[in-house]
Amino acid sequence: AGVPAACGCSGCPGPLSRGNGLSSRRYLLYASGDFVKVHSVNTEETLGLLCGHADLVTGIQLNPHNHMQLYSSSLDGTIKLWDFMDGIPIKTFTVGSKLLALYVLASAEDSVFVVIPKKGERDTFQLVSVELTKGAGQDLEGKELSVVLDGVGESSKQIAFGREDSYVVSVKDVNLQVYFFKRKLLNRFSLSTVKTKGGDNRFSCVVCHPTEDCIATGHADGKIRLWRNFHHKKGYTYSALHWHHDTVMDLAYSLEGTRLLSGGVESVLVQWHNESSCQKDFLPRLGSPIECISMSSDGVLCCTLHTDNRISIINSNLRFSRSIQGLIKSRDVKTGLVVDPRTKALVLNGEPGHLQFYSLQSDQQLFSLDIVQRQYIHQAGLKQSDLVKVAFSARGTWLATVEESEEVADPELQLKLWFYSEETQSFALNTRINTPHDNHITDMCFRDMDELGDDSLILVTTGRDCVFKVWVMVEDSDPEAHQSVSWSCDFVGSYHNYQATNCCFSEDGSLLAVSFEETVTVWDSLTWDLKCTFCHPPGNIRNICFGRLTCSKYLIGATDYGFLCCWNLLTCALEWSAHLNVVVLQPDPLSEHIAAVSWLSKESSLFVFKPSEPWPVYIQRNLCKEKILLAAFVPRDEPETISSEKYLWLRKSQLFFLTDTQELMTLSTKSLEERLTPSSKQLAVEESLPVTPFSVLLGKHRRQQAQEDTDLGKPVVHNKQEQASPAVKELLHTPAHVLPSASFLCTIFINSLLISKENKSAEEVADEVEMESEKAEDDSDEEDVTAMEQEDTSHMELLGEMTCKLSKSQEKELRKIRKMDYSWISAF
Amino acid sequence: MAAYKPVVVQACPKLGEKITQDTLYWRGYKTPVQIKEFGAVNKIDFSPVPPYNYAVTASSRIHIYGRYSQEPIKTFSRFRDAAYCATYRDDGRLLAAGSEGGSISLFDVSGKAPLRQFEGQTKPVHLVGFLSDKYRIFSGGDDYSSKLWDIPSATEIISYSEHTDYVRCGCASKVNADVFITGSYDHTVKLFDARTKSSVMTIEHGHPVESVLLFPSGGLLVSAGGRYVKVWDVLKGGQLLVSLKNHHKTVTCLCLNSSGQRLLSGSLDRHVKIYSTTSYKVVHSFNYATSILSLALSPEDETIVVGMTNGVLNVKHRKPEEKNENSQKKRQPAYRTYVKGRSYMPKQEDFCVSKPVKRVLRKYDKLLRSFQSSKALDAVLEPPIMLHTPEVTVAVMQELHRRGTLRSALAGRDEKQVNLLLTFVARRVIEPRFTPVLVIVADMITDIYQPVVGQSAIVDKQFLKLQQAIGKEIDYQEELLEVLGMMDTLFATFTKKRDTCLEESKSNGVTEIIETNRNY
Repeated sequence: AGVPAACGCSGCPGPLSRGNGLSSRRYLLYASGDFVKVHSVNTEETLGLLCGHADLVTGIQLNPHNHMQLYSSSLDGTIKLWDFMDGIPIKTFTVGSKLLALYVLASAEDSVFVVIPKKGERDTFQLVSVELTKGAGQDLEGKELSVVLDGVGESSKQIAFGREDSYVVSVKDVNLQVYFFKRKLLNRFSLSTVKTKGGDNRFSCVVCHPTEDCIATGHADGKIRLWRNFHHKKGYTYSALHWHHDTVMDLAYSLEGTRLLSGGVESVLVQWHNESSCQKDFLPRLGSPIECISMSSDGVLCCTLHTDNRISIINSNLRFSRSIQGLIKSRDVKTGLVVDPRTKALVLNGEPGHLQFYSLQSDQQLFSLDIVQRQYIHQAGLKQSDLVKVAFSARGTWLATVEESEEVADPELQLKLWFYSEETQSFALNTRINTPHDNHITDMCFRDMDELGDDSLILVTTGRDCVFKVWVMVEDSDPEAHQSVSWSCDFVGSYHNYQATNCCFSEDGSLLAVSFEETVTVWDSLTWDLKCTFCHPPGNIRNICFGRLTCSKYLIGATDYGFLCCWNLLTCALEWSAHLNVVVLQPDPLSEHIAAVSWLSKESSLFVFKPSEPWPVYIQRNLCKEKILLAAFVPRDEPETISSEKYLWLRKSQLFFLTDTQELMTLSTKSLEERLTPSSKQLAVEESLPVTPFSVLLGKHRRQQAQEDTDLGKPVVHNKQEQASPAVKELLHTPAHVLPSASFLCTIFINSLLISKENKSAEEVADEVEMESEKAEDDSDEEDVTAMEQEDTSHMELLGEMTCKLSKSQEKELRKIRKMDYSWISAF
Repeated sequence: MAAYKPVVVQACPKLGEKITQDTLYWRGYKTPVQIKEFGAVNKIDFSPVPPYNYAVTASSRIHIYGRYSQEPIKTFSRFRDAAYCATYRDDGRLLAAGSEGGSISLFDVSGKAPLRQFEGQTKPVHLVGFLSDKYRIFSGGDDYSSKLWDIPSATEIISYSEHTDYVRCGCASKVNADVFITGSYDHTVKLFDARTKSSVMTIEHGHPVESVLLFPSGGLLVSAGGRYVKVWDVLKGGQLLVSLKNHHKTVTCLCLNSSGQRLLSGSLDRHVKIYSTTSYKVVHSFNYATSILSLALSPEDETIVVGMTNGVLNVKHRKPEEKNENSQKKRQPAYRTYVKGRSYMPKQEDFCVSKPVKRVLRKYDKLLRSFQSSKALDAVLEPPIMLHTPEVTVAVMQELHRRGTLRSALAGRDEKQVNLLLTFVARRVIEPRFTPVLVIVADMITDIYQPVVGQSAIVDKQFLKLQQAIGKEIDYQEELLEVLGMMDTLFATFTKKRDTCLEESKSNGVTEIIETNRNY
């Protein structure tokens, strides 16, 4: 096993540069972290992953001279040229300093423009052109820099190139500068710094009209200004378009320049026609603030990039088409990392008021469940209600959620219980409880009793109002009621009027541990009697959990003052304690191991231990630089074979962390390349074997046939023929999204199965048999098939070892079969 | 892209009685007809044959009433003393009654004088009934005995003296012509078979038995006595099935409805309770003015007749089924408009385009969608919404507050609108479910319109009303807290050990009240 490495697993949003481009309506490229991803626009599937940069990718641009090539720039100081279909880097140009933005012009064939920090000065940036030397090797130097503009903005949205690349515009703060390449003239304009009517008229972004001399600038107060006549220092004019109430985040012109798209915090895409403020269209409720807008090269599609790590693809008639999303970035993950027992998906805050189910295997959002069910207003300073707690029952049939508004004094609390309905395959609201507690709810858990089923389900909530409440399911006596069960409060417990902070059920569900500030109380879950209390002063209890399996007699607690304590429930005494500032305490549901993440002097460390032993099983110091806020064990589908004894605890489940910068990490024994290979192999079009429904059908059928044949003691004769056919091979090996329609393929496929007239052999007979049975199977007429096959195999037995000698009548019969009309297959 | 989400209107579950099929059914009676009798009505019996007349035994008379008659059709008054338990035979042609003197009289319903007189019981006879073979009468009296009589010969067939106290109620089996049961003040119910010399079964009810009943199937027996109604399984040898304690005074009478699905019990506590015979839960109950002594239900549940201790007979008739088909028959489009295009079956090569479902939004939702706060508030301040669905108005106010535009929506209104707003707030602010929102609204209104106080008499009056309403509510809450304090001290002295249980009830109650109180 290699060295375990903590590595970013999901598409963390990265710099979201404007450089994401739609190439010829078929591919969508975007920078994501250290990678560039290639998506198919039609199927939303990831087609390729360009990895090679060592730091954040800051800009990507299609090569204007070759549309299958892509330039990318990164903070690691290199510009790479890629063949993005094959995922191969063609050239690497090393520039040296950090590259913050990249511009590639059609007119300048051997140079690109990049934004780099100015040497010797902090927070000043300059636009430079880099000469791309034409060398033979793959790694080249790109050291010949010439400064074009000084004092430009850091973001790629603050520089734009004008019509036919004759000028470049840069905006920063309240200044706009235009540099004309041919005349070598620099014009500067500035707006008044005085804030008019409370508005902030600083520039936020700039674009140039593709065919006219016109510059559109977005401002922090929501205005869009259109500049003309900027060739003259004095005679320039501008007009304003105003709809946005907050910063215009990005602008984009359509291909002909007749339409201007703008977006901002409101998450509304606005389309302005002919630069007049009266004609505009809206595409509202895109989900989250728009960060970037990009048009496809043919102008048919446009895509918007959102702050929550999502890309929406929008038609030219301003209709939402589809979206590409990974792990949705929410403002604050309050719910913690929860694993859905049903789908094994990671569940956490998604869009505001939504719960996202994120599949770790496919790096995709499975679905998003609307919990708050209210219209979200994208406006700063509003007290929004959001989801704060989530709990699943052991089988995943019940989901409990708590939502509260941001107001500190009077949180509008709601506890909701959702039932998973098999018919609709989604959660449906069962019970809504208003104000379950008088103050914030601190923790919530279900009693996990797998063997007793759902009737014994109990939900416990703890609140800052110094009580914990027990909620149980009540059967509705009224037979006419539309739902048979609902939830109601069964017991309210408190301890010396201390705030309840955490709760946890033991594995068998008989004991409930509730921590009240400094004290842990243990309650009998049948009678709700207080059994015993534990305390380890000083410091409040931060986390508690019970041991599992062989260690179920232990209770683990972590305190504010940096102690990790283990109490024995049988002797009611402290078993051991350790000095450790534990931030996260997470038990593995499938083994005795408990993971504790500590935070000490700017580094997170991981300790894995068994409660029965005071020394850890595994220590990983300096896991990452960011503070780890949450962790979750995700059960593996099948136990992994891990040779090293040190990592045995990772056998049954995988540990995931979420840091305060919302990066999701995992601990893996494999190196990054190893982990990436299976997925990237799948992506390579030629080598892959995607499982199409057809190949599955064919495979099943083949297997069946083979089995029958071996049962009869016959050698399998007909499979090779099929394998050899290039048409079939091509058909099976091509991904579904590039295949033409089935009706078109059918004749080719059928023809490939037919055998030329020369070799009338047993093989042919077998092939025909297969065809027949295939047809019959499709008609799901099983009995006929077997009957026929038996007949035919007996026929074959005769022919078996001998060379083929067919009687005339048989030959005739075969010919008849050949002539049969197979056009019916096209119906499938 | 998400669609616009309409404002969530918080629906509070209605407290109190739930509307079920049963409540609808049992409410379907007209206002009662009251008939004054001469004394306490001790028995009401419906004739089992149409036109379902009923015999009412009160004092020394037996009155027979027709279905809708207020006056008796017929009266049997030849009793020297009180008459008891006038009961119809299965064919509705004979009537038997006991009397204070101990004699049992048999009447023809069309005649006047008794056909037969059965002498033999020495004390008042409170129980008379026909066996289901129609030729025998059983009786029970205060002489602790129960007897069986032959009608044609007017002779006693057999006498059982097994009870040790007054025999007051009884019932014959409809399945077996030889079986009848009697209930007595000695706390027992006895089952007799006319073919044997002694009782077949004895059931201990535990209280003086006031009324017994056999289910039509003969398998279940219901007895009432004390505050209890108990159901027994006769076929299992008298095993107690269920014991119902829903009355707080003695249950005096029992009755089944015509379908056998519901059991009715009347009690001295002035209530008639209706139980489901499958779940034995109370599904409905009626209130009456005075204590109930007798109760009967006509076939098809057409009429409920209840007799009281003060001699009032309360008769309720079922409302006729409403036939509103022809009253508001709208002209509807012809049948072919519906079928037009629907019958088309798409062929295989057809490409089906599904029509997008159009969502209908309420007016205020449309306005909120386009961020027109003031207009949205106007939309929910219209009288129909404000009066009948105040929760909608409050939900929109809350939504506006959430969006931070409530203040601007409330501002800039004229006298009439402010008056309307204040009327609504003053009326609803004391309702706990609206209080949190309306307190904010009231605050804002006072803030906004403070400068113009005194300019309009109407608005000033409304402000005063609001003040009064809030003042009253605060006083009320204070009083409640005082009561709660007293109760706490009482509970504290009651229980020492079970303090967890006490804690639960206490905190439940207290939090609710404090919550509403804190908002002022």
